[in-house]
Amino acid sequence: MFDDPHANDLKVCDLNVWYGENQSLNNIQLDIIANEVTAFIGPSGCGKSTLLRCFNRMNDRIPSCRIQGQILLGEQDIYHKDIDVVQLRTHIGMVFQKPNPFPKSIYENIAYAPRIHGLAQSGSEMDEVVESALQRAGLWDEVKDKLHQSGTALSGGQQQRLCIARTIAIKPQIILMDEPCSALDPIATGRVEELMDSLKNEFTIIIVTHSMQQAARVSDHTAFFYLGELIEYGDTNNIFTTPQNKKTEDYITGRFG
Amino acid sequence: MPKQAPMNPRTRSRYRKEVFFKGLALTALLMAGLFLIWFFSDIISKGYSAFVQAEVLVEVQFNEQSSSNYQKAVNKKDRALVSRGYLRTLPMYMEAHPEIMGTSEQLWVVAGYRVDQFLKGKEHHRLKKKLQRHVRELEKEDRIRLAFNTGFFLNGDSKMPEIAGIKSAVIGSLLVLLITVLFALPIGIMTALYLEEFAPDNRWTQFIEVNINNLAAVPSILFGLLGLAIFINFFGVPRSSAIAGGLTLGLMTLPVIIITARAALRAVPDNIREAACGVGASRWQVVWHHVLPLSLPGILTGSIIGLSQAMGETAPLLIIGMMAYIPDAPTSITQAATVLPAQIFTWAGEPIRAFAERTAAAILVLLAVLLTLNAAAVWLRKRFETKW
Repeated sequence: MFDDPHANDLKVCDLNVWYGENQSLNNIQLDIIANEVTAFIGPSGCGKSTLLRCFNRMNDRIPSCRIQGQILLGEQDIYHKDIDVVQLRTHIGMVFQKPNPFPKSIYENIAYAPRIHGLAQSGSEMDEVVESALQRAGLWDEVKDKLHQSGTALSGGQQQRLCIARTIAIKPQIILMDEPCSALDPIATGRVEELMDSLKNEFTIIIVTHSMQQAARVSDHTAFFYLGELIEYGDTNNIFTTPQNKKTEDYITGRFG
Repeated sequence: MPKQAPMNPRTRSRYRKEVFFKGLALTALLMAGLFLIWFFSDIISKGYSAFVQAEVLVEVQFNEQSSSNYQKAVNKKDRALVSRGYLRTLPMYMEAHPEIMGTSEQLWVVAGYRVDQFLKGKEHHRLKKKLQRHVRELEKEDRIRLAFNTGFFLNGDSKMPEIAGIKSAVIGSLLVLLITVLFALPIGIMTALYLEEFAPDNRWTQFIEVNINNLAAVPSILFGLLGLAIFINFFGVPRSSAIAGGLTLGLMTLPVIIITARAALRAVPDNIREAACGVGASRWQVVWHHVLPLSLPGILTGSIIGLSQAMGETAPLLIIGMMAYIPDAPTSITQAATVLPAQIFTWAGEPIRAFAERTAAAILVLLAVLLTLNAAAVWLRKRFETKW
């Protein structure tokens, strides 16, 4: 069901999300462009993280969450009842706000997902998967001599890149990043941003960020959310230089938020 | 040095209060410590003497006469000092070893409890004057001694204090504990896993939760009644057996295990579950590969504490008849058995004063076992806890 080579486009149609009685997303319409970085910005509670978590159905874990509308991955509605969530999450990976490596070795952190999905047949094949993921996450040179040390012993920035390596090890089409740099210092943030730039050839990246500078630096498209609505969506340069909507302008010029 | 500004009266009163409460807390700690020291010194001073036992060196005759009347095995003068419990075993011994018939041997044999108590200087020994003199004579000839009391660990219960031991109670306790572990641990952990990781949060699960918490607070004797009704009357499990006791204590320990296991599962940060979910692990894989291994040290610690509580439990076992007189250690879980705390209870009620020191010694053994178990729990937690 995910075999379509053009299945990388994400299309959000009339999406409404409720947490209990509170509607947190209101009629969202959005096309995410493949192999680009799309940034979601907006003040806290505007629904940008909620939307991000709809893409890999992480919201399924919250019992009070109710969803209406469609999210199409290629031709397929990911909320269709025939969709297997576990399979979906191998196509849409996620990097979280706080680095959350497993309290296992660095090697095991990467190897876990390929193993449960049967992506490597032998030990040497697995070694290659691990090395290639760490290479692409720009972490290989720092950890190649300590692959069997605990992933939680790394610095915060290294942990976050380990989490990115863990995500790309199963070769998803889309990577969701939920404020991936909010717990990192500027240098580590810079490294993650460089990484995003190099990864976008292979993956579609959607990033939620509180930092408008970051959105401006890394993204090709930016969506501005406010109180559960998509206010403006467009080319990042245009959003930051000539916003069409007054609210967007107020937000990016720092009048609120 | 700059002159210190006079202290604000409010600040002074706050400091006074602080000193007062600190003193109060320290007094409470000292009180608890004193009671503990008192308790231990009392038990140890009463119990330590039971770890040695009076023995006399006598000539034991193995012949036809002594095998039909065991009193004849030892000469009349020494016989009064020797434990009847020992002499009684001789005919069987001779039957098993026919080659020794017609010989005699100098042996250190267990002395009667009055001799034992007299030799240990207890005032309640009630040994006859004549025998006291005989003991003094033997002392001069080095024919009487206090030796390490192996019988205390190798014998079962007896009505004669000098040959009464804790073996059958210890074996009973081990069998009961084994059944409790096998019964309560898997059910408890699985229940906790289901409630914590899979169950929807609705009225039904809340109702179950409240009831589990209530069960943990139910007086233990009621579990005895429950065990009697379910296992013995309904399922027909043999009375007084280790299996009945183990299942009953399992029922009692189950809520404790469930509660501590849930706490341990809840202590696993949610971002580990998210991380595993995010790479496409199924719900079961999230639990089995990540959450359970991380919470296992906590679960085991809580379970060991629950089990050591079960091991010290007596009340429910009285109801299902485990306070039985068990001279021979049980060899299967369906035989009548008793447990260490029940043995202590039985001995504490014995009219013969010589049982008092054995009671205290058995308490010491039980305490040692429980402290070891709890130390193991602490060690497990320290050794395997995950550093984040």
